[in-house]
Amino acid sequence: MTTVIHEQHKTVLPDTCARNGQLWLDRSQILEATGWDWKPEGLCKDELCFPVPPARRGEWVQGDRLDLAAQWQHMGRPVVHDANDSAWVFGADAQSRAQTLSSLQAPEFELPDLQGQLHRLSDTRGQRTLLVTWSSW
Amino acid sequence: MWQALLDDLRGTPAEGRFTIVAVALDQAQAAAPWVEAGKPQYPCLIDADHHLADLYGFVNVPQAVWIDESGQIVRPPESAGASDAFRLMDREKFTLPQSALEARVQTRERYTAAVKDWALNGSASRFALTPEQVRARLRPADPREVLAHAHFTLGLHLTEVGDANQAASHFKQASDLHPDSWAIWRRGAPKDARGLAAGAAFWARVDALGDRPYYPPAGL
Repeated sequence: MTTVIHEQHKTVLPDTCARNGQLWLDRSQILEATGWDWKPEGLCKDELCFPVPPARRGEWVQGDRLDLAAQWQHMGRPVVHDANDSAWVFGADAQSRAQTLSSLQAPEFELPDLQGQLHRLSDTRGQRTLLVTWSSW
Repeated sequence: MWQALLDDLRGTPAEGRFTIVAVALDQAQAAAPWVEAGKPQYPCLIDADHHLADLYGFVNVPQAVWIDESGQIVRPPESAGASDAFRLMDREKFTLPQSALEARVQTRERYTAAVKDWALNGSASRFALTPEQVRARLRPADPREVLAHAHFTLGLHLTEVGDANQAASHFKQASDLHPDSWAIWRRGAPKDARGLAAGAAFWARVDALGDRPYYPPAGL
């Protein structure tokens, strides 16, 4: 059993093959865990598509599975995992994070309050909003 | 502090046009007593994963972003009324000299006055920055920061499944990769008798800043 975390989304996949920093997933597992779709032309989301480099296809593709860790890093995004390859985090792309912010459109989010009720930033649309962090320490 | 600001704006043209969203980069159980004591009338959200810090580039608390009616950022993440006055604290008695107390109040008042001005005047407020000014103040893209957040997320997951040792190693890697983030450091840091990351390790880290600020001034 392997846990894959991407953005705020945690997926537990029963049937995977993970070893030595490689994580072999099929198309539906990749889609479920990351929202990216592995198509013949590459790993795609919205208008983005990253081909699996032809020189690496023999190494990174086996049957109906892709070594997502290798492809993800090839896409310039971080991958970290625990010592027994049972928990994986597929991180964000630094460039797109920065571009999103410099568009100045405040990134949407959804977070719970103490009662567990979910709030979105867009709930305050139409009002000037002071978004402020704090912690108990 | 923020509830008092909202109270001050009651009955003014800002009422209904201005709101606050507070986000605790914290565990729910740690944040709860504070929220319950303050009884704020604005949403207090829990972001144990520091998802918002990752999205917006927050590195400490309190930091704030100003977002206008259309969802556009008009001030970037910056210190929200906090100052470095605490660095003059007596580290045994937790007391501050009078001058530092005054400086602390002054910084807070200047910031809340700026927020009020914007709450009342919107884009006409001199504190609402132009898009160019906001962009110039944003942190540049840094692959180490997204890698740091990935390690942090893994650390939280490992904590959840009971592997504190491995979690600590990932919290440390996260903090080493993104040393500007006190929010990341605090999660893995040693806690003092009060349960706060404010003991010797904290002061050593503050002292290591030298002339660099812990709370960079908001530049109002």
